[in-house]
Amino acid sequence: MTVGLSHYLTVAAVVFTIGVFGIFLNRKNVIVILMSIELILLAVNINLVAFSAFHDDLVGQIFTLIVLTVAAAEAAIGLAIVVVYFRNRGTIDVAEIDHLKG
Amino acid sequence: MLPALFFYLFAFVLIASAVMVVAAKNPVHAVLFLILAFFNAAGLFVLLGAEFLAMILVVVYVGAVMVLFLFVVMMLDVNFAELRAGVLKILPIGLLVGLILLFELVFVVGAWVTAPNLVSDAPAPPQTEVSNTKALGQLLYTDYVYLFEAAGLILLVAMIGAIVLTLHHRRDVRRQSIPDQVARTPETSIEVVQVESGRGLK
Repeated sequence: MTVGLSHYLTVAAVVFTIGVFGIFLNRKNVIVILMSIELILLAVNINLVAFSAFHDDLVGQIFTLIVLTVAAAEAAIGLAIVVVYFRNRGTIDVAEIDHLKG
Repeated sequence: MLPALFFYLFAFVLIASAVMVVAAKNPVHAVLFLILAFFNAAGLFVLLGAEFLAMILVVVYVGAVMVLFLFVVMMLDVNFAELRAGVLKILPIGLLVGLILLFELVFVVGAWVTAPNLVSDAPAPPQTEVSNTKALGQLLYTDYVYLFEAAGLILLVAMIGAIVLTLHHRRDVRRQSIPDQVARTPETSIEVVQVESGRGLK
């Protein structure tokens, strides 16, 4: 009952799929879409750390740090846009964001 | 035996809470389940020997990003039930796409054969002479210092961007006027008065 690389990759694949499915399921709610993106990035991080551990190569963990940085920046900017949009329109429904349509 | 047990525990709770994130009706519950998912991912990282990243995940993600999510969810007065309307219509096609994606990914992982000397059977044993944090630092501050600085720049731009986006200039409050203060001259602000002794100033 040893846990190999493929176990970790399977867990990451399942979490990635749940993240993609969450975007489908909550396609109107921007906040839950942002949370689904966090799940997808978490799955990517699990993959990177698993490969890093099983290859005994620390560069994968360096790259995970960069991914975490970009994900944190993305969450901050995304939530700021959501707050500004809600202040202007009073809703966060993605389907109603069509003001650039000609 | 024990690491395998903990792997299955962490993996199961991670996947279950991930499902709850996308299925929860109340977004506050979704954020709390996302926090649980990140805690269990940190447990998986510890099992893999990446202690520093596990702690970063708990401190930065659970401590900062998730609290930001929670703050925004509670601050916005949104009718979330309205946003979930019509979810049953999209559910079958979402499930279909998700299942196809999952099967493809699992087939790729299952059928994948790596060179036997490239991937070891177990995670690399923790080095005794240098800790994971120290080894990461020795790599990050030497070979990948430009990447590190680029990450800092990304965070700076994100911070400035978030402030610029959400800065709200209210007009109904009294505030300092810098131009008025700078434009003041001694002629307009100081008056020299000759006071006669014993008379005082009226």
